Amino acid sequence: MRYLLRRALHALLLLFGVSLLAFMFAAMAPGNYLDEMRLNPQIAPETISALRAQYGMDRPFPVRYLRWLGSVLRGEWGFSFAYNRPVASLLVVRARNTLLLAATATALAWLLALPLGVWSAERAGHWPDRLVSAGSAALLVIPELVLALGLLILAVRSGWFPAGGLESLGSGSLSAGRKIADLARHLTLPVAALVLSSIPLLIRHVRAAVAEVLGSGFLWAAEAHGISRRRLLWRHALPAAANPLISLFGFSLGGLLSGSLIVEVVMSWPGLGPLLLEAILTRDLYVVIGCVLLSTLFLVGGNLAADLLLYWADPRIRWEGPEP
Amino acid sequence: MRPAPGGSPRHRVFVWLVALAVLHALVVFAGVISPYAPEEQDRDHAYAPPTRIHWIDSRGGFHPRPFIRPWLPLEGGLGEFAEDPAQQIPLRFLVAGAPYRLLGVIPCRLHLFATEGARISLLGTDGYGRDQFSRLLYGGQISLLAGWLAAALALLGGTIIGTAAGFLGGWADDALMRVAELFLALPWLYLLFALRAFLPLAVSPLQAFFLVVGVIGAVGWARPARLVRGVVLSAKERDFVRAARGFGASEGYLLRRHVLPETASVLLTQAAILVPQYILAEVTLSFLGLGVPEPAPSWGNLLASLQQYSVLASYWWMCLPAVIMVPFFLGYLGLASALQAWTGPVKIAGGGSGSAE
Repeated sequence: MRYLLRRALHALLLLFGVSLLAFMFAAMAPGNYLDEMRLNPQIAPETISALRAQYGMDRPFPVRYLRWLGSVLRGEWGFSFAYNRPVASLLVVRARNTLLLAATATALAWLLALPLGVWSAERAGHWPDRLVSAGSAALLVIPELVLALGLLILAVRSGWFPAGGLESLGSGSLSAGRKIADLARHLTLPVAALVLSSIPLLIRHVRAAVAEVLGSGFLWAAEAHGISRRRLLWRHALPAAANPLISLFGFSLGGLLSGSLIVEVVMSWPGLGPLLLEAILTRDLYVVIGCVLLSTLFLVGGNLAADLLLYWADPRIRWEGPEP
Repeated sequence: MRPAPGGSPRHRVFVWLVALAVLHALVVFAGVISPYAPEEQDRDHAYAPPTRIHWIDSRGGFHPRPFIRPWLPLEGGLGEFAEDPAQQIPLRFLVAGAPYRLLGVIPCRLHLFATEGARISLLGTDGYGRDQFSRLLYGGQISLLAGWLAAALALLGGTIIGTAAGFLGGWADDALMRVAELFLALPWLYLLFALRAFLPLAVSPLQAFFLVVGVIGAVGWARPARLVRGVVLSAKERDFVRAARGFGASEGYLLRRHVLPETASVLLTQAAILVPQYILAEVTLSFLGLGVPEPAPSWGNLLASLQQYSVLASYWWMCLPAVIMVPFFLGYLGLASALQAWTGPVKIAGGGSGSAE
């Protein structure tokens, strides 16, 4: 328990630090949404100074930060000037879409990477291994942006998949089953782009971790006991190799979130990425901070989940007594 | 482990270096290789497909000197082109053409190939009729330089901070590494974008270039810093360093003479990993309109027009630049893994969170 508490506290401090950092950068930024408004001759200067006072932008930095922190705790996350509503209400919808995309891609990538990695570790040096290595190396050198564009072109040319968006026009009138099918069709391309770009690294790590375990003595003993090859691999080798892989799971989420930023923009998936980009272009700084903080929250959450998993999977971590 | 294909690690490092040098030479000597200046427009030939190179004329005669046929806009067609069968314009090699500055300084007029009377565009033209081939080469200058400078900046910052943390130890180490953790905790593209968000948007291409380099470098220092700190920590406790300290060597001497040289191999491998990553960061920023703006060419804004559905659907040659960039990334990846094999089992990839490979 102490271990988990420590990790949770660490995560909380990290989030606090990130929020402070983001806010500091935002405070140093030249120009904001209201400055852009000032360029508009139709808006009276009094209106703008009234807005400044209303949003507390004329206060010193610590006051603004504390006020913003308060609004985060109230569940508002600051105020979007461009949308004229609390940031949180914008973030919730977008975050749901990003999570849907990232979670599907993570699950699929691991489902594919585990068997492929184990398979190539078992046949190290033989053709399956070489095939998998060559394939993942080839995928590794293709940048996410190029991959996403390529898939998009494929979609546009073939017409098999919709070229972006979350749902078809008029999908509101469809039945529940149709709706899900429609969503799945729209998910396919972005998920494919994310899976293809994240899978090479996963395969490499799975392969390395399993290959390391495969040489150890207890597996020789198990094999000598006549345990079948498959059982050996999946019941004995993989759990022993799981520890670094579970940590990798937490880390890989960060890469996936960064990747999904590009994929979302290219494939016009209405997630956090397009919102962030739009907020940057309109200087809607609270939305920018909100997006950054939320993406950190996802990452930290993923790492915490990995810690929990590790706690459950590795008895050495649960052991709280003296070092054995 | 089976022996790596392609000879000893040292040999492989050499091979990858040569391959990268060839690729980079294409970009460095963009002025010679590209037939036109990157900003040169030809509004009559907007979105013209790649020029076809012919050896055989309409009567079946073979020409040892290849020729092209100019694109004529189709009557009533919506921006479609057809080759003019009546004209044959021979390609001429190593001729004087539009003036440019080689390496940015030496005035020069030599072009590898050129045509007279009609423009040749090996990769087609964009919406302003600009030659994509020339823009790709010149754009490489900006994107590659941005990657190199940003990597240099990140490595420099990382080395200074990492060395300070490792060498000073104590609370300074703690504080610096906590901040590094903060930077590593963020998904790095989000961080990059956020930092860019807080800087002015409407700037000249040159300012934008340095802005992008600065932002990427400022975001990237944390990972090299952690690695350097690790190396410094272990180097500090090595026997020969302790011995030197015992002989009365000053801290500065120890650092210069014994500790910093230990970091060289890590920094070298990191450079091979970071340069392509930062090239890609520039490409991404410019693609989304947050980096180097038009009319200056960069690999990112070269691809930016693909965000329009009509371009994506109708003009396939606009994606060719994306395909041509891939060998550069392959070269860096190969170099990084060869370096890793050469300099020994220093763990580099995988750690640190959130960065794209």
